[in-house]
Amino acid sequence: MTEILSLQNITFTYDPDQPIIKNAVEDVTFSVNEGEWIAIVGHNGSGKSTLARIINGLLFPQSGEVKVFGEMMNEANIWDIRSQLGMVFQNPDNQFVGATVQDDVAFALENNGVPYEDMVIRVENALKQVQMDAFMDHEPQHLSGGQKQRVAIAGALALRPNLLILDEATSMLDPQGRKEVIEIVQQLRDETGLTVLSITHDLEEAILADRLLFMNNGKKFAEGNPSEIFGLGDQLIKLGLDLPFSMKMARLLQKEGVHLQGAHMSEEELVNDLWISNFKK
Amino acid sequence: MDIKLQEIGYSYAKDTPFEKRALYEVNIDIENGKYHAIIGHTGSGKSTVLQHLNALLKPTEGQIQIGEKVIVAGKKEKDLREVRQKVGIVFQFPEHQLFEETVLKDICFGPMNFGVSEEDAQKRAKHFIQMVGLDEAILEKSPFDLSGGQMRRVAIAGVLAMEPEVVVLDEPTAGLDPRGRQEIMELFYSLHKERNLTMILVTHSMEDAARYADEMTIMHEGRSVMQGEPRKLFSDAQKLAEYRLEVPHIIQFQKSLEAQIGHNLGKLCLTEEELAEEVGKVVRRERDQA
Repeated sequence: MTEILSLQNITFTYDPDQPIIKNAVEDVTFSVNEGEWIAIVGHNGSGKSTLARIINGLLFPQSGEVKVFGEMMNEANIWDIRSQLGMVFQNPDNQFVGATVQDDVAFALENNGVPYEDMVIRVENALKQVQMDAFMDHEPQHLSGGQKQRVAIAGALALRPNLLILDEATSMLDPQGRKEVIEIVQQLRDETGLTVLSITHDLEEAILADRLLFMNNGKKFAEGNPSEIFGLGDQLIKLGLDLPFSMKMARLLQKEGVHLQGAHMSEEELVNDLWISNFKK
Repeated sequence: MDIKLQEIGYSYAKDTPFEKRALYEVNIDIENGKYHAIIGHTGSGKSTVLQHLNALLKPTEGQIQIGEKVIVAGKKEKDLREVRQKVGIVFQFPEHQLFEETVLKDICFGPMNFGVSEEDAQKRAKHFIQMVGLDEAILEKSPFDLSGGQMRRVAIAGVLAMEPEVVVLDEPTAGLDPRGRQEIMELFYSLHKERNLTMILVTHSMEDAARYADEMTIMHEGRSVMQGEPRKLFSDAQKLAEYRLEVPHIIQFQKSLEAQIGHNLGKLCLTEEELAEEVGKVVRRERDQA
């Protein structure tokens, strides 16, 4: 397993000069292996997005070290590292530069000196992957919020990044758009082995990840696979998150005296258990 | 205050080469004191409808009645002040509209614009900042020093401080974490219940529409295609699919459960709590029979 990203004891504050220092991120350590899908979850203000910016070198931590592809990140190699990271932010309006959708997707490719012929193919493919190829010549500002975000994702995909960072990238999409994007991410992973780091509130999205990092007040509160993290139950709720649908439903059913046996990470499991424990004769 | 949209049509940049039609023959009846959800796929015209609700846009066809005021396509309308005071809109990401030096000034800006005295506006600010779940001490801070979730609440307090009779919500919980989302939705629901405020929720979330709305309008390709109670509209999954919408998660779950156990629960459940209760009843009945 190749480690492509590691953070060692990262601490960061936005106001280092204040008398009372409030750390946005405190002593966080974790790593990401090639091909993994890692989700960082946590309430608003828990430090999730700050972490993403540190990984991308948009912010430098006051202490600790960031290694990307085995290399310690510093001012000298930051541009090189960044060209291997595709980052998609929450609000697509803040990341549009092109006059048309295809210009926008091509922007980063031009910056990276991709030859024209190759660029045309990459732009078209990336837009197809997010189902926005019909909008190639449209002006980005006239698209709906969901469409804009899909174009922003295409912009990141066109770079063929080694690590795709999604910073709450689906939180502004409609349910169908969200589903499409998540399916695209899954497909990309299957086909290209793309490593994904997603920062999300969407628990149905987080449950698909291989590993979850649960942040609370800037600290890593827990780390584990989805069933380990969601097994924390009430602790999650107390810290501003929620449970995935099937687990929430199971709890309500048990309160009503309905018999259930196991833990349920999916709806099929819950339906089956409900049937076996209560109806099957 | 009732709001009635009658055969509304709207074109952006009308009579120019860039004219773009957004709405066709839209009819929506929003009854005073009701919680009304407007749902539709991205690009269905929801946001354009929203901007008609307090005359930010005026229809290019048809007419809209907002309380006593009737706005007719093609007619000049002078005094829209009252309409704008009575219908408060909480736009998507309302925190982007904060601009004052302090939270207090920001909340007071709206009411004072509508002629409320500074003293009264400040009283309102104190009242509404608590109502949205924030501490009074925050009034002296700069809105830009607050967290995203706090900024959202301040912006909402600013709309409520105008004491509107109708509150229009455009995806009010976008970007919030699950707890923040629930708190904000419950806040609006209790305002609706306690003060009999008319609520209009424009949303993608079928779950929120199912949980909170008394009445629902479905928009599709610039037209209002259905209006009715959520339980009724959500009972026809096939029809909704034609409008590129899905039934709420809870209903999908109920359907697969019913398919598995081989009989229907007899009632379409709109919330997790409701479904748990219904299943509980059926299970107890089965046990008693056994």
